[in-house]
Amino acid sequence: MSNRSIVFLKALVHIACLAPVAWLVWNFWRASTTVPDALGPDPIAFVTFFTGKGTLRLLVLSLAITPIRRVIPRLSWLIRFRRMLGLYAFFYACLHLTTYVWLYSSFSWSAIINDISRRRFITAGVTAWLLLVPLALTSTTWSIRKLGGKRWQALHRLVYLAAIAGVVHYWWGVKSGVRTPFAITVVLAILLLARPMLNYLSRRPQSKPATTQPAQL
Amino acid sequence: MAAAAATGAAAFAGDRIARIFDPKTSVQAGTKLDTVKSPLSTTGEDLTPYQYITNYNNFYEFGVEKSDPAKNAGRLQTRPWTVTVEGLVKKPKTFDIDTLLKLRPQEERVYRFRCVEAWSMVIPWVGYSLSEFIKECEPLGNAKFVQFLTLADRKQMPGLSQSSINWPYSEGLRMDEAMNPLTLLTFGLYGETLPNQDGAPVRIIVPWKYGFKSAKSIVKVRFVDKQPHTAWNDQASNEYGFYSNVNPNVDHPRWSQKYERRIGAPILKQRRQTLMFNGYGDQVASLYNGMDLRKYY
Repeated sequence: MSNRSIVFLKALVHIACLAPVAWLVWNFWRASTTVPDALGPDPIAFVTFFTGKGTLRLLVLSLAITPIRRVIPRLSWLIRFRRMLGLYAFFYACLHLTTYVWLYSSFSWSAIINDISRRRFITAGVTAWLLLVPLALTSTTWSIRKLGGKRWQALHRLVYLAAIAGVVHYWWGVKSGVRTPFAITVVLAILLLARPMLNYLSRRPQSKPATTQPAQL
Repeated sequence: MAAAAATGAAAFAGDRIARIFDPKTSVQAGTKLDTVKSPLSTTGEDLTPYQYITNYNNFYEFGVEKSDPAKNAGRLQTRPWTVTVEGLVKKPKTFDIDTLLKLRPQEERVYRFRCVEAWSMVIPWVGYSLSEFIKECEPLGNAKFVQFLTLADRKQMPGLSQSSINWPYSEGLRMDEAMNPLTLLTFGLYGETLPNQDGAPVRIIVPWKYGFKSAKSIVKVRFVDKQPHTAWNDQASNEYGFYSNVNPNVDHPRWSQKYERRIGAPILKQRRQTLMFNGYGDQVASLYNGMDLRKYY
């Protein structure tokens, strides 16, 4: 993959991530002025699900890159998109949190603290966001150098916990009997389980040929 | 800018018209009902537009998404329709829907509607007090509760297999709650018969309770001496109590009930305070004298 194609693809990814936000902001403006139903009958709920689902989808995409690279080495250039997907996931998570603090709670801090301490689905959501903060802060190349690759990698494994907390937040938030979080849960489970599976598979074939196959001359 | 706004408004109007005429989402109403005014009607509230009342529904028999009932309820056959009355009554009876429609004069009753999910509407229902119907049922003295059962027919209701609710949908009221004049046996809204997605052809409306207490598309009314099981209480008893009175002081385990989002209001004006008993305390608070409403939520 040439550098020029990467730059072109990165521009596309930026557009794909920002266009929904631009659409949301534009319709938010309409929903607060001339077209009350620009975001549907329950605009606050709409913004909540829009930003929440966006966060989970971007997190899952960023988590898909490593297993894809390992299965298809030709696609290893995908690593150059991981940081931006992760940062966009954090950006959507911030929009989601803002929706809660502003539209749901009207900046009532006592209500927010009460919610966080008493409602497990909000606790899970805030936990997921908090886990993403250090990752966003250490996303620069400078941080990787400063921390050292090993430590940086260990820190960034927090993304597994953040994604799990995010999906748990989704399940705990919907009514019992509603199964909408099922699909994203399955995808996340596959991506998380793929890692130890691929480790296992890549270790096994290496030891086999050395002992069973005679040297070829 | 103005041109862009005009184009946007035209596109929006077009969309709205398309929604009305699209056979899949079209509302299944249209028969006008002659109504009389009622002193029990709520005043001083802006009515929620018809479009929202008929496209934003919880009616799990037709799917779990809010837009599913408008899409799927067209399959529901509301004629012929009968309501069977059984249990602790002088004699079991079956009422035809056309008999029920004419049993008493149809009144227009504007009520606030508060969903347990913290959204709300203001709806001009059409019907008469459930107490009038109960008199016709002739319940026995030992009848302490009344149970309502919704139709559960897989052929007409594609949502039955989508969720784990214990079908048929069952709801219930204590006898004194059912006899309160505010409790409405409901046949229509906005002066016309109910659209299918809003519980056609007959439902109840209990305006001081969360919406799920108001059973839709009722086929059976049963008078009993013990508190009947109810669908959402079976599903999650810590979240949905038998009483489920609108109460800003008793939170749902997953969110506060202090505020609600008014459907159809501009986004920054959606949020408003929830009123005790949804604003109907003067008429109903006495039903719960001496009861701990935190325990009997």
